Amino acid sequence: MANLHSPNISRATPLHPRRIGIIVGASSGIGAALARQLANEGYTLALLARRKDLLESLCEQINRDSGEARACFYIHDVADYGKVPDLLRRIVSDLGGLDLFIYNAGVSRPAGFKKYDFEKDRATTEVNYLAALAWLNPVAEMFLNLKTGQIVGISSVAGERGRVGNPSYNASKAALTCYLEALRNRLTRFGVHVLTVKPGFVATDMLKGAKKTFLVATPEKVAADIARAIRRHRQEIYTPGIWRWIMLVVRNIPSVIFRRMTF
Amino acid sequence: MTALLFEKLRSLDNFGHSLHAPSYVYQPVSTEQIQNLLQAARKGDISITLRGAGRSYNDAALNGGGVVLDLSRLNRILEWDPVTGLVRAEPGVTLQQLWQQVLPDGWWPPVVSGTMYTTLGGCMGMNIHGKNNYKAGTIGEHVTALTALLPTGAEVTCTPRENGDLFHSMIGGLGMLGVFTSITLQMKRMYSGLLDVRAWPVKSLSEQLAALYEGAPDYDYIVGWLDATARGSSLGRGQIHAASYLHEGDDPDPHRTLQVEYQTLPATMFGIIPKSIIHYFMAPFMNNPGTWAVNTAKYIASLRRSTYRQSHAAFHFLLDYVPDWELGYGKNGLIQYQSFLPKETALDAWTEMLTLSHQRGLPSYLGVTKRHRPDPFLLTHAVDGYSLALDFKVTTRDRTRLAHMLQEFDEIVLQAGGRFYFAKNSETQPETARHFLGDDTIDRFRRLKKRCDPQNILRSDLYRRVFQV
Repeated sequence: MANLHSPNISRATPLHPRRIGIIVGASSGIGAALARQLANEGYTLALLARRKDLLESLCEQINRDSGEARACFYIHDVADYGKVPDLLRRIVSDLGGLDLFIYNAGVSRPAGFKKYDFEKDRATTEVNYLAALAWLNPVAEMFLNLKTGQIVGISSVAGERGRVGNPSYNASKAALTCYLEALRNRLTRFGVHVLTVKPGFVATDMLKGAKKTFLVATPEKVAADIARAIRRHRQEIYTPGIWRWIMLVVRNIPSVIFRRMTF
Repeated sequence: MTALLFEKLRSLDNFGHSLHAPSYVYQPVSTEQIQNLLQAARKGDISITLRGAGRSYNDAALNGGGVVLDLSRLNRILEWDPVTGLVRAEPGVTLQQLWQQVLPDGWWPPVVSGTMYTTLGGCMGMNIHGKNNYKAGTIGEHVTALTALLPTGAEVTCTPRENGDLFHSMIGGLGMLGVFTSITLQMKRMYSGLLDVRAWPVKSLSEQLAALYEGAPDYDYIVGWLDATARGSSLGRGQIHAASYLHEGDDPDPHRTLQVEYQTLPATMFGIIPKSIIHYFMAPFMNNPGTWAVNTAKYIASLRRSTYRQSHAAFHFLLDYVPDWELGYGKNGLIQYQSFLPKETALDAWTEMLTLSHQRGLPSYLGVTKRHRPDPFLLTHAVDGYSLALDFKVTTRDRTRLAHMLQEFDEIVLQAGGRFYFAKNSETQPETARHFLGDDTIDRFRRLKKRCDPQNILRSDLYRRVFQV
């Protein structure tokens, strides 16, 4: 079983209701910012990632700031697909329920313009897409039976075109976006909401060393946008919002031009 | 944990619809199935909560993220002896099933709740009381024997003498010590399906409590309605309903009145309005001015004293009179705050509480008073005094203020030597429970828990909250 640090989180009562959320990929970047944002809004959270020290300090910070135990963490490597269903059961049993599930784990391992590296591509696909399936399937089944719940998948604007720089990243995010859409189509009729988030460039670890970035947003700004979309039960958002229009253009660049671009 | 199948997940709620929790719901139809589940729980890290009709106002039958063992399908009446009035039944048998079985033979359950949809198992787990608590005690006092399955897998038989410590702690034990598999209960002899009922108004809280105190010895049942919206010199005003059994020969046609059909509650109001839709018409009145108007009108109507004969079902099951009335409270539901106070301190404490509720602009929409006496059960809620149950609407806006006020209520009640009932209050904190139960009682309960359930399998959200586990 996963390494667990669960402070004594009390359960909801009619006058002290609690919404319960899980964030997979919560140790840094958008995930950590989202954890702080949602805890601020009163959520009780289970934070999952591989890096214990980061999760530990994040939980401590959240619990200190909110003055009560609102966050706990579980050490988890998303590539351990087989462990997911039991871990999910465990978390739901520890926290007493589940209202919101956020899949935020993602990696970008560009191989280089003229290089091909299957191992890197596999790692990207595993974290960004396969592990998402490993989590989203049991979560969907859970919410389907409960006839309520919210699922959030952090995809990317990168999933809208296959670019020269990072094919497997583009493909994994395209797959995730498509899967989330299918999930939404399956689950809406059962009262379950699915939100697809497409961030543009965000100042996180992933962007370190990346070239040609612009309009870089802070993780806090993105987290605030996502939290608002969760409250409003939105289906799909671009964050920052300007990316909706940028991607409208990018999507419509004819292949004859797109093929020649180095972007 | 693989015994927890996602397809078994259901979102369950409480009677007041004020709390929802997802659970893996199992509905056993035999004790073997319960054994199997307990066995699986002993192997894995699984918590189980027992649930009957789910009529508790709080989190007593909820277990977020764990297993809920819904016993409502274990609902056979195993033996019924119309000569002695002894009935042996499974825990999922409802009070409705029970009275409908025994009444035609001239018997009635010795203690019933305000709704007939509760199950015997739930009634035992909470050790319910009725409007005759001061005379008949709790339901547990009429149990002659019970059998139960402990989480260890052991089967036990308890009577007031045999395994007496278990008997007096499993009854009222919140379903935390074991699963009742059969309950033997002594029914009360009836000579009519009717009760002689008297109703009269009371102008104030002191008059209300005096009426309960003085009236109790003369009647078999007594209950007060309290207009919690009235203030000033009218604070605590309301109406008393008292009822007595008919003696042999009082009813000219007992065969007719003892029939189930005679007892059945009418399905319409004023003969035309289907009762199933009434809660929609209640909703617009479920606010401070609306309930003030309704309560005032009800009080004015009650000024006319009356005596009449009423069927048992109509007198007892007031909560069933308007089906789904609790839906009238809206999407956040309602909570009930019930306190039990010694007769010496009740007047001052409740005056303080009701005044506080007016000052805060958070009046209760329904108040009910009863007369009580102590009982011999470990986690007892009873006192030699009275209880006051107050219903509050839960709203997003007033939630925090209401929580704060109930905290103040708790302090007033504890100061006055009062107690609480675990099927009702939803916000009771561990310190509060320790204060009124006493360290000794809590330690005794924990020792019994360790003996019956060493792996701590039986856990409910109520148990987690109040016993901090």
